[in-house]
Amino acid sequence: MRIILDHLSHSYADTEVLRDVSFDLRAGQIVSIVGPSGCGKSTLLRMIGGLEQPTSGRVLISSAAPEGSLNPLTYIFQDFALLPWRTVEGNISLVLEDHGITGAAAREVISDVLSRTKLSDFRRAWPRQLSGGMKQRVAIARALAVRPAVMLMDEPLSALDSQTRELLMDDLVELWTRTPFSAAYVTHNLAEAVRLGHRIVVLSRRPGRIREVVEIDMPLAERADRMAELEPLQRGLWEMMRDEAAAADRELAHA
Amino acid sequence: MPDSRSPDALSAEIEIPADARPVPFRGGGFHHRRHPFLAPVVLLVLLALWQAGSSTGFISPIAMPAPKDVFGAFRDLITTGALWTNLSVSLYRLLVGWLLGAALGIAVGLMIGLFSQARASALPIVSALFPVPKIALLPLFIIWFGIGEGSKVATILFGTFFPTVISTYAGVDAVDRALIRMGQSFGLKWSSIVRKIILPGAMPGILSGFRISFSIAIVLLVAAEMIGAQHGIGAYILMAGSIFNLGELFAGVIILSAIGLVGSWLIGLAEKRLLDWRA
Ligand SMILES: Nc1ncnc2c1ncn2[C@@H]1O[C@H](COP(=O)(O)OP(=O)(O)O)[C@@H](O)[C@H]1O
Ligand SMILES: [Mg+2]
Repeated sequence: MRIILDHLSHSYADTEVLRDVSFDLRAGQIVSIVGPSGCGKSTLLRMIGGLEQPTSGRVLISSAAPEGSLNPLTYIFQDFALLPWRTVEGNISLVLEDHGITGAAAREVISDVLSRTKLSDFRRAWPRQLSGGMKQRVAIARALAVRPAVMLMDEPLSALDSQTRELLMDDLVELWTRTPFSAAYVTHNLAEAVRLGHRIVVLSRRPGRIREVVEIDMPLAERADRMAELEPLQRGLWEMMRDEAAAADRELAHA
Repeated sequence: MPDSRSPDALSAEIEIPADARPVPFRGGGFHHRRHPFLAPVVLLVLLALWQAGSSTGFISPIAMPAPKDVFGAFRDLITTGALWTNLSVSLYRLLVGWLLGAALGIAVGLMIGLFSQARASALPIVSALFPVPKIALLPLFIIWFGIGEGSKVATILFGTFFPTVISTYAGVDAVDRALIRMGQSFGLKWSSIVRKIILPGAMPGILSGFRISFSIAIVLLVAAEMIGAQHGIGAYILMAGSIFNLGELFAGVIILSAIGLVGSWLIGLAEKRLLDWRA
């Protein structure tokens, strides 16, 4: 399945948020989207997921979702969005119930996704008992349960401390290596973008326009060990973003 | 590689000067500990003082009944069977009025919370009627529903309906929008979002509304029974007051307090059951 963003522009009242954004998400590829805060990254992701409609331009899907995908476009949120009144298991069964998957079938799916996210021991835990990293793992397990064609991740690691972030990045790479998925990975953290993206889309400050699209050929699994080779690229991205980020920061202070 | 001595060796090296003293502790106070025996002890002491004051004549029997008068009133209530007559009619009015008021209030509160048309049309009416003391409407209810049970139940129903509406829609408004967006992003049906996300999320607000509406229900029960009833705790208290039987008056008040305590205990149990996820 392929998602195409065709000349997307968006405004809220009289704030122009996105201007003429075009790129595509290809099967089995992770696209990192970076940009200074307030440049419209979350808005862009909401449009890709069909939660919001652009002022102009279109988001297109080409070819059918893979067989058995219950929710082709699936989110992973920065704040996890777990229901506090359901256990780990209950939070995952929530997204299966409406597809008529209950009882033994549901238990099977839940066991599978929990073991893939190393959560099997926490099946009956309440969200409040889990650390931030665990909660995000539950959210990833929940997303895997609906067999998405494209994962839409909005700063999924930004609420976590840097050590947990490293661990989860390794887990995401491992999950992808085992079964490649396509994803739009929004972040303001360039190290994450470089570790996880096959392509990196750099947005300018608001109104967000595409400044640059960078391809990285190195396989995801090798990047942790070969980070030094990616260092110049990451520094280059930072040079490009630094002035934008500084300007965006001053803008927010005025708002 | 820096030197790798054992942790023991590292900590053993600290030398403590002769004038070293502990940092003064100043973190105490301002938190509550459990004192389970204090409340019964205070109650017993107050009872003893009351009895002593009454039997020495320090407390005039015209101002305050003696504890034994109150016990006497309770004994009479039980032996004549008046306790059950009064209590059963009062509980009937209270429970029917409160349960209907709360159920309708939750239904209307959910509508106001979920649909903007319902909010635009019903909320102004609710806001206008909420502050009216419902007991002022009792004469009207007597005309509509008759002098019997109907008017009393209606008073309690209306009195508890409005606060329940308000606590329910405020509870719905307080549900984290991010959770609703999550439900939508997974393609959950509208009814599933309401049942599995909005209703549980609003439950803390609804239950704390129950506490308020239950005490309002007791106030209205007594007021309605004082205005026009032959039986019931309110009528019993009014009768006792009119003949200056303070023992019976106190007995009636203690029964009301017990009803209130049992009610809030039951609501507390419901909170424990329904909100176990909060810990
Ligand atoms: N629902 C909304 N209504 C009005 N303005 C919004 C709304 N959502 C976002 N914005 C504004 O749009 C801009 C981009 O927001 P967002 O997409 O959240 O940025 P990012 O995720 O890149 O930090 C911000 O200036 C924000 O204030
Ligand atoms: Mg954002």
